[in-house]
Amino acid sequence: MADRSKTIKVDYLARVEGEGALHIDYDDSGVQNVQLKIFEPPRFFEALLRGRDYLEAPDITARICGICPVAYQMSAVHAMENALNLKPGGALRMLRRLLYCGEWIESHMLHISMLHAPDFLGYPNAVAMAKDHPEIVKNALEIKKAGNALVRLIGGREVHPINVRVGGFYKVPEARELTALVAQLEMARDLTERLVRWSAALPFPSYEWRRDNHYEFVALTHPSEYPMNEGRITSSAGLNISAQDYENHFEEEHVAHSTALHCTLRERGAYLVGPIARYNLNRDKLSPRALQLAEEINFTAPCLNPFQSILVRSLEVLHAFEEALHIIDRYQPPAEPHLKTEPRTASGCAATEAPRGLLYHRYDIDEKGKITTAKIVAPTSQNQKTIEDDLRLMLPSFMHFPEDKLQGLCERAIRNYDPCISCSTHFLQLHLNYGQVQSKQSMVTGKPGQPPAR
Amino acid sequence: MVSNQQPIASSNPPPKLAVWKFTSCDGCQLSLLDCEDELLSLAAQVDIAYFLEASSEVKEGPFDISLVEGSITTPADEERILEVRRQSRFLISIGACATAGGIQALRNFADVQEFTDVVYAHPEYIATLKESTPISGRVAVDFELQGCPINKHQLLEVISAFLHRRAPQVANHSVCIDCKLRGNVCIWVAHGTPCMGPVTHAGCGAICPSYNRGCYACYGPKENPNTESLCHWWDEKLNVENTLIVENLRNFNPLAPSFKVQSEDRQEDGER
Ligand code: SF4
Ligand code: SF4
Repeated sequence: MADRSKTIKVDYLARVEGEGALHIDYDDSGVQNVQLKIFEPPRFFEALLRGRDYLEAPDITARICGICPVAYQMSAVHAMENALNLKPGGALRMLRRLLYCGEWIESHMLHISMLHAPDFLGYPNAVAMAKDHPEIVKNALEIKKAGNALVRLIGGREVHPINVRVGGFYKVPEARELTALVAQLEMARDLTERLVRWSAALPFPSYEWRRDNHYEFVALTHPSEYPMNEGRITSSAGLNISAQDYENHFEEEHVAHSTALHCTLRERGAYLVGPIARYNLNRDKLSPRALQLAEEINFTAPCLNPFQSILVRSLEVLHAFEEALHIIDRYQPPAEPHLKTEPRTASGCAATEAPRGLLYHRYDIDEKGKITTAKIVAPTSQNQKTIEDDLRLMLPSFMHFPEDKLQGLCERAIRNYDPCISCSTHFLQLHLNYGQVQSKQSMVTGKPGQPPAR
Repeated sequence: MVSNQQPIASSNPPPKLAVWKFTSCDGCQLSLLDCEDELLSLAAQVDIAYFLEASSEVKEGPFDISLVEGSITTPADEERILEVRRQSRFLISIGACATAGGIQALRNFADVQEFTDVVYAHPEYIATLKESTPISGRVAVDFELQGCPINKHQLLEVISAFLHRRAPQVANHSVCIDCKLRGNVCIWVAHGTPCMGPVTHAGCGAICPSYNRGCYACYGPKENPNTESLCHWWDEKLNVENTLIVENLRNFNPLAPSFKVQSEDRQEDGER
């Protein structure tokens, strides 16, 4: 027995956004304990928002995450508008969708090309992958650039846009500014079709371990659109509620090993948000080319294999390009860049689809428009429990793997979710304990001379 | 810090670059990944030895250049930054968090225990420092690049300057100058829109005024800003409420000295 007892210790899981660790205890009888530890330092957004002006909410909450700031801005402005009973429609609504398309493209392409694809081809990073597969990396960067161009034009800059305002925008683009992007978007859309086919042909690990343990998928659903900014909160197990009802069904729990709160569905426990959930609940609303391509490659719903999230992301990128082109084609600038906003004592909430899944905000404001309470539930905290379940369920089927391969698979299973730990808080540490006896063997990256792990 | 020794760019093996994250949103690191056109050529000139957000390959220090994002807010990070400094020939702090505490430094003006109680059900699980501190508050820093987020072209300029051992060409004039260079009509003069542009560090390209909104100072203070005079104008001529003036001084760069001192004066005025 002693010769089989070992510890695999990886000092950090790379290629995720943010800081955390993973601790797994297992022995011959199975997996004893799985903890995804998020120890990204807390930043206290919900506390520091109190007393700030309601117009600042989109600028401040954008700083929760550099990868998906638009998602925070969209949920914040929608929640404030819900409080003030405002409903920007027409071109303003379309421009917000267009901006969100840009962020989906930027964020998904960052994950696909820089963080996720190297896993499938066995490289430590995109730069190394680019030496052998230059066309893949270069095309991915081209696609991402088109997303950046959209966000830059509508939002003012790629990271932390400045143009999002409660009621609409500070300034709206002219039609010719948008049509100037069409050629670049069309080129990137065509490259994305190739990306979808490429990702469909990747070697995906099997998902037998999830066959009898179904996920509950949770995403927005809208009567006529693939969900982004609006819709009811629905699930594969029949949940169908408005954002106003969110807190009656979902709860947050503070566990000792994480600075991100754990969310569960009150009736049923862990659930999954993000691209796979969106796709499974809304596949029929994909844009025509995206849907047609999904049919062509025989990719149906529900998708139950979390390793295929890369494929769903590429389909969503294709969808976002088509949607963007469609909006630009019909765009007529609105008469005013934003609706008139007058603060008053009120409360409001909203949920939107961040690239990583459902994002919920609620605010109370006073008569002067100062925020009195804020609540923000990020997608990654909603997925934490499901990530832990994946690891718990997956490990027994792969125990025969050599240790380094097993640990690599655990890291990949986490990366499937594109966890955005900055949203709650930076890197993941992975500790796999086999039995009780620990040896000094350092399997992968635990090299000397690194700053102490946290 | 920049002398006329051998440029490290021509060293063999290639210079080692490391990217470190402390308390932050990852946006400043992302600005490096957003260099789509330059990323692969940069990677050909330097050895990206440590960059967890982008690579699972980790090489040992010491490093020629360390880029540090984020502020120091936990006991563990107090230790880690010392080690990063020990391992780094040049340490460049990037972004508002690393240079001026970031939005999380609003705790420095409040009671962090109360903040923890508001956000967490079990405050006892949380290890955090009372204050968020910029990197220069902990270790010696060779260069600070301001902005929330930093501008990627400025970042490439700073990296290239350090590789070639020359002074970085990063303008330290105000957003106003960039606004003029861009040919904007001044939104303050023309529309009476309160704007922090006169005291704010250039680098963004004067985005906000170009989008018809006042600058909210996300690049922090320019060199020698007359913040007091600016606040006086906001107050006297534009009738801006004191609380809004304090909010504009205390958002993403609250510990930048000229903003901090002025915000404390204003806060006291407001309370009097
Ligand atoms: S300075 Fe701003 S952009 Fe940079 S890490 Fe901090 S919050 Fe993010
Ligand atoms: S707030 Fe000021 S410094 Fe920041 S982007 Fe706007 S104009 Fe530039």
